[in-house]
Amino acid sequence: MITDILTGAIRSGTSVMYASQGELISERAGVINLGTEGSMLCGALGGFAVTVWTGNPWLGTLAGGLCGLLISMIHAFLVLTCGANQLATGLTIMFFGMGITSFFGRGFVSEQIVGFNPVPIPLLSEIPFLGKVLFNHDPLTYLSFILVPLLWYLLFRTRLGVILRATGEREDVLFASGINPQLIRYAAVLAGGFLAGVGGVQLSVAFTHSWVENMVQGRGVVAVALVIFASWLPFRAMLGAYLFGAAQALQLTVQQTGLGISPFFLFMVPYILTLAALYIVERKKRSQTPEALRKVFTGTSAG
Amino acid sequence: MSMKTSSKLFGLVLALVMLITGCSQPGVTPAPASGANAEGGEASAAPGTDSPAVGFIFVGARDDFGYNQAAYLGSMAVEKAYPDMKVLRSENVPETAEAERVMEQMIKDGAKIIFPTSYGHLDPALNVAKRHPDVAFFHQGGLKTAENLGTYFGTIWEPVYLAGVAAGKMSESGKLGYIVSVPIPQVLLNVNAFQLGAQSVNPDATTSVVFTGSWCDPGQQANAANSLIDSGVDVLSQHQDCTKTVIETSERRGAMTIGYHANAATLAPQGWITGSVWNWSDLFVDMVDTAIKGEFKGSKYDGKFRGRLSENIVQLTEMGSEVPDDVKQFVEEKKAELVAGTLSPFAGPVLDQAGEVRFAEGEEPTLDELEAADFLVQGVIGNIPK
Repeated sequence: MITDILTGAIRSGTSVMYASQGELISERAGVINLGTEGSMLCGALGGFAVTVWTGNPWLGTLAGGLCGLLISMIHAFLVLTCGANQLATGLTIMFFGMGITSFFGRGFVSEQIVGFNPVPIPLLSEIPFLGKVLFNHDPLTYLSFILVPLLWYLLFRTRLGVILRATGEREDVLFASGINPQLIRYAAVLAGGFLAGVGGVQLSVAFTHSWVENMVQGRGVVAVALVIFASWLPFRAMLGAYLFGAAQALQLTVQQTGLGISPFFLFMVPYILTLAALYIVERKKRSQTPEALRKVFTGTSAG
Repeated sequence: MSMKTSSKLFGLVLALVMLITGCSQPGVTPAPASGANAEGGEASAAPGTDSPAVGFIFVGARDDFGYNQAAYLGSMAVEKAYPDMKVLRSENVPETAEAERVMEQMIKDGAKIIFPTSYGHLDPALNVAKRHPDVAFFHQGGLKTAENLGTYFGTIWEPVYLAGVAAGKMSESGKLGYIVSVPIPQVLLNVNAFQLGAQSVNPDATTSVVFTGSWCDPGQQANAANSLIDSGVDVLSQHQDCTKTVIETSERRGAMTIGYHANAATLAPQGWITGSVWNWSDLFVDMVDTAIKGEFKGSKYDGKFRGRLSENIVQLTEMGSEVPDDVKQFVEEKKAELVAGTLSPFAGPVLDQAGEVRFAEGEEPTLDELEAADFLVQGVIGNIPK
């Protein structure tokens, strides 16, 4: 039963995890992107459509990522170039994503794809317990296992990471040393959109093999919440995503045991867990909100 | 200060989650059958007379391998039977005031006959019906009616019972799974019929029921399907609007599957056992015919109409290619008994999960009693959300 819950946690947490890693990059550079939900939807549809047309889920992944990137480009342009309010813009982008995908997704509801399927890794998947939990997933899930340490390395062990973090914390210093924070922010938002798009692809092409209107169902917004819960740290965001997935798997398992707990109460569990986690994190005062999240740097005020 | 910022952010984000997930959940109206017919004032013309157009609203997409596809096929039959009539359709109409707006627009466009086809479209339809006594409404599955609003449905639990018989015969583990949305009577009735069917051929069979809280959330469906299969279930059935994800997931995992609403055998060439489907075509045409002739009132459609298996309004699909002949034959025999009326799935004694007698020995529940189902029968594992 524990194995099932942990496996389920990874299965249903991976799409959220991709999106939260993307959001993390964007917020580290000082831009909140509530449009993540929209990017995921566009990624889910774009990835599904291209997989239908080409039969190749990898091309679908690329396309889905690019769709997520395109949507986030609107966000970047409005916020960074036009100086629009990031929260309002993000919300608009989210609803725009819902609208545009239900419009263009109309013809894909009944399409069938082969997509990504679980590939047990030889030898490793034979390990009792761990093998089943970790090494019997689809390729996009394996890729996400590699993504997180990579992102951590990039953020905390490379020059690029220093620049990215400085963009979100001490933009004036960065500006003085001859780097345009605006440019870094653009890159961060677009990278975030790409990853959110891939998260959408994981949901449509690898996990459900389906496209349905508004199928992301708030997972993009949960991803944004997870970044805050994770104090902007990649491994914590990963943990948070799996916690969310585990809560979903747990409520399904609990329902099947026939315990007298209302499923409608159980539906809240993922959110309650996230809320509780946030509270604990806040109490420990470990939160490290990037300074720039509270304002938008235009490149002129500091110059 | 950082603490304040992030708390604010989180609050906003949480509100958003609730907004999004909340929007997509269908309203769980307990809908007690209020017999009171609201309208007092007589309208001059009978509702629907000589309507130049007919409107259909669907809660989902017309090709969802499910509920909406079945209703859409019915609307196609109406279009074919009345080539001169304008057929207005609107898909993805939420079960909110938005549905009222869509129906008002259809009436403006000339429709005097409206089919609100989702359970949750009932209350919006009742509101619109009050304002337009000259328009006839045929609501799918509702338990409330009005002067100019009748509801139609089918006793889909009859084929579901047969599907349960087939599932009980086919299952090796004796563990069946049922993925459902919200605890409305239709849903509970189907789960009960399925379990009764399965245990009629395998007394040890159990049905694990899982609520997803939504009519169509592929992510949750895939979660639920995987979770049930992981726990040893080898036949999956469902009561969802879109059925594709569960059927495909079960096929990929090597489990067997029972379809619902529409024939989806092509999605599971290996695991498809059978499915319970709607056959609205002839019924829709007959209802439209009755209304345009001005005969809505007093017809069998102005109250609660329920089509039976014997009338071919609900059907059991052909069995899958992997189903052995003796099982096919056995189910056919049971079907013949159901149609002839010699077999009655809910004939007492029927016990609920707690072991209490719901229908006593020799008791034969009426359709109204069945549609008020608020319990799960013995052998079903899971709870009704309170």
